[in-house]
Amino acid sequence: MLLLAGSVPIDKMPLTIGPVDYSPDGITVDGHPLPINRGNEAMMTAACIACDHFGVERPVGMVAGDIGTRQGSEAIYNHLAKHLPEMGVDVMTLHYVMPDIKLNNKVVETVKNMKNKPVLIADAGSMYVAKAGGHAEFYDIFTPDLGEVAFLADEKADHPSFTRGFIFHMESDTPELIRRAYEAGNAPPTMFVKGKTDYVCHNGKIVHTIDSPSVETMEPIGGTGDLITGMISGMVFAGKNHIEACLIAGRANRLAGELSNPTPATQIDSIIKFLPEALAKAASSVQ
Amino acid sequence: MFGWFRKKEKEQKKTQKPDEVTRGLLIFAHPTTVIAVEDLLRDEGYSIRVVSPPPSYRTGCDLSVEIPMEAEAEITALLNSVNMTPMDVVPITAQGMEPLHFVREKDFGDYLMVRAANMKMTVEKSTGKIVNISGGGCPDVPYLATSMLGKTLAEAPDPGEVGFSLCAYSLNTAREEIIKAVGV
Repeated sequence: MLLLAGSVPIDKMPLTIGPVDYSPDGITVDGHPLPINRGNEAMMTAACIACDHFGVERPVGMVAGDIGTRQGSEAIYNHLAKHLPEMGVDVMTLHYVMPDIKLNNKVVETVKNMKNKPVLIADAGSMYVAKAGGHAEFYDIFTPDLGEVAFLADEKADHPSFTRGFIFHMESDTPELIRRAYEAGNAPPTMFVKGKTDYVCHNGKIVHTIDSPSVETMEPIGGTGDLITGMISGMVFAGKNHIEACLIAGRANRLAGELSNPTPATQIDSIIKFLPEALAKAASSVQ
Repeated sequence: MFGWFRKKEKEQKKTQKPDEVTRGLLIFAHPTTVIAVEDLLRDEGYSIRVVSPPPSYRTGCDLSVEIPMEAEAEITALLNSVNMTPMDVVPITAQGMEPLHFVREKDFGDYLMVRAANMKMTVEKSTGKIVNISGGGCPDVPYLATSMLGKTLAEAPDPGEVGFSLCAYSLNTAREEIIKAVGV
């Protein structure tokens, strides 16, 4: 099973677990409709598209409403800490949640005690708390953007907002930030670093870079990084090796951007429309 | 809003022994409460810093306000009077880390994008309309995006008031920089 867990911006929506379904109108989790939005919804949509493309079962979603007041995030952490071993999860992607080091430590402890450790992918708040809690190397894949890889490179920061100025100013040297993140033990074996040039990294080395097509107007669009995380999740579940999954996802995201011909005001649903076509092209180019 | 409080003179410097505790931290439940407290205390002339809390209070997404201990009683009375009572006040000897205030601007012709830490906000220059919000990882980011997109900088809710997280704090930093660049 591919489990996708994270909060959605609907106040007081209770913890909801069930199959994710996708149509051009949006997604449903256990039958509950969720509009396409940046964040978990975009990530789940892209994971569905990847699962469909590679002919594997669509993911199961675990969502709870959280507008920043923590209740939804706490429900997710607590459910995972208590019930993950009995869920039959092969790949788990953790996404937008309020960072909570103590609760995430409980989830990590639960995973450590599982007979078969699922592949762990983290982005957004789940990646922040994994690093802040000192567990980055226990995960399998992170998908940071430039600001977030600077945070991973700063061994003293608990959150990207605390990244020290001298590291923020090193952003023109992404390979150095990647090196620092691995050296400090703040990176998992595989990382996809999103930026003007995307970097696919494995065990401390940059193994691929992706810089074309270059669609500069994608940078302001909320949710483009979430699509990459979702596609990687779907492809890892479909059996692609982690590096190949990153490479295909990076190319597909750029192709979808190019096909949508975006402006800085374009919204993520306009790019998602082109994702199935873009993924098919990218997957065939890597075979 | 808080103009009825008297303005204070700058803090008097005094000789400090090496192990003397002269600073304390106000601990709050949400980082964005800290934004309101920061504004209030700075307006009142106090010498304060917004910093990370000590490890025992850290969840991974939090901020606190460093204050002069000699003003603790005055400050807590002031905060109590405006319903911003801190959860705790702790003396400190080591300096906490300050949130990042550096920003990067990117000009897209009709649009301006500003990034603060991991948060990006983009506006249409001619109208001040917020057209995209990107980045971040805390749950209030998608909520803030839904609340702010399509509105002008003047109409949109202030992330410092409706957000809860450090991502909201950084988004507010980006918003302030955009307002400086294009006006409200």
